[in-house]
Amino acid sequence: MIELFAYLLSGVTVGFIYTLVGLGFTVIYNSSGIINFSQGEFVMAGGMSTVFLLYAGLPLGVAFVLAILITSMIGIVLYKLISLSRDSSPISLIILTLGFAIFLRGLAQVIFDKQLHTMPSFVGDGAFEIFDTTLTYQALLIMVVASAIVVLLYLFFKKTKTGQAMVAASNNVDAAKLMGINIKKILMLNFAISAVIASIGGILLTPITSTNYEVGIMLGLKGFCAAIIGGLGNPFGAVAGGLILGVLESLVAGYVSSEYKDAVAFVVLLAILFFMPGGIFGNLKSQRV
Amino acid sequence: MENNILKISNLSCNYGQIIALEDISLEINRGEIVSLIGANGVGKTTLLRTISALSKEKSGKILFCGVDITKYDSDKRVRMGIAQVPEGRGLFTILSVEENLKLGAYCRKDDKIIEDLDYVYEKFPILREKKDDYAGTLSGGQQQMIAVGRALMSKPKLLLLDELSMGLAPIVVEEIFNVITTLRDMGTTIFLVEQNAFLALSISDRAYVLENGRVAISGKSEDMLSDTRVKEAYLGV
Repeated sequence: MIELFAYLLSGVTVGFIYTLVGLGFTVIYNSSGIINFSQGEFVMAGGMSTVFLLYAGLPLGVAFVLAILITSMIGIVLYKLISLSRDSSPISLIILTLGFAIFLRGLAQVIFDKQLHTMPSFVGDGAFEIFDTTLTYQALLIMVVASAIVVLLYLFFKKTKTGQAMVAASNNVDAAKLMGINIKKILMLNFAISAVIASIGGILLTPITSTNYEVGIMLGLKGFCAAIIGGLGNPFGAVAGGLILGVLESLVAGYVSSEYKDAVAFVVLLAILFFMPGGIFGNLKSQRV
Repeated sequence: MENNILKISNLSCNYGQIIALEDISLEINRGEIVSLIGANGVGKTTLLRTISALSKEKSGKILFCGVDITKYDSDKRVRMGIAQVPEGRGLFTILSVEENLKLGAYCRKDDKIIEDLDYVYEKFPILREKKDDYAGTLSGGQQQMIAVGRALMSKPKLLLLDELSMGLAPIVVEEIFNVITTLRDMGTTIFLVEQNAFLALSISDRAYVLENGRVAISGKSEDMLSDTRVKEAYLGV
């Protein structure tokens, strides 16, 4: 029982990171219809930039802010590349994001290096004792910050004028133009927000799992899987999907073997795509339309 | 100040490979209701889409309030005062009725938005009742009311209406068109596209008849109601 609780805790912790990556997919997919396969590299860029900014002697807070800014710039560069080839089919644009991901990995090898890097926990190495298991401060921080981001994103899309314009543009582009919404700006903002969310995920995760130039491959695929589980395009689905995936992985790693951990995401991905292509909330969404 | 609010000269548009509009010239004066009638597929919607910059022109010029807006993007044209109720209503189906209406005022920076929202609710009371429902769940007539109300929320100088009556019960059409005439009386200029030629000619001051992408006939609406060509082709008498 204590074991189970410990697995659940670590599963939820990682699950929140998958949620953040999945939300990044959702934000871009909803606004542009593109699946951005550089999402994982945004996560990598967030973590790696922070590590190297810290190596350079910058204080923690400054390093965070700069890393987030750098990653959002990368998001905007990707948007610019996509807008240059705006007339291409979605498939070519998706391939463009794959190419961009490979480019970012290469760039990270050149600018940084190929080593594994980590950084100290931002809140100290302490831990709480809950039901005879431990919850590290860093894990708790991940849960709190990720939940806060989910809530803030929800409020942003629901309550602010810009957020509403973003929802409107994803719902009906022509009608959004008729409201006077500048679609290009809105799209760019979507890419920037998506990159910001991903980079925060990367920063939060680094003290726990460490990072290197290719950490984004697996994280991107896991986040994609999270978004698919909940139904691509459904933000609440991405939250649920991330948590479900994190917990499943942790249970398999604990009770079966940690070697199979990474396989979980792909088995689940295939199962969802075969049996519920709309995600576990698929029906709910189609009713609403 | 020039009398015309919209002046289109020699406008041509392609729709894919097909020529949708050819050498269209027309003028709309301040405070008028002008209608554009014609059969299905002659380019009426393309013309409205081009005025709002949703479609690109091939050649020609569009002047709004004396300014050449041909190269302006849609958002700039909205800010200058052109609103459109598009074909098929173009609602944001996953947003609530009130959220749709508020988006109509997206470009406004003044503090009268809530008053205008009240005005729309006053004109279409059913929308107030359903303000928190998803726009996509309302009936066709109510959806059209949202689309009209949303266009009003931008306080347009020129209101473009595409096939308002399509698929609606006569009583609903009457309710919506009553609001349209009120708007004109308050000074809004209206350019409406209709397949229902009788309805369009009864409400408008002047009209253009579009045939195969060209303006075939133009003149005062009341004259057209008795014009033999119009009668035979569009009024079914």
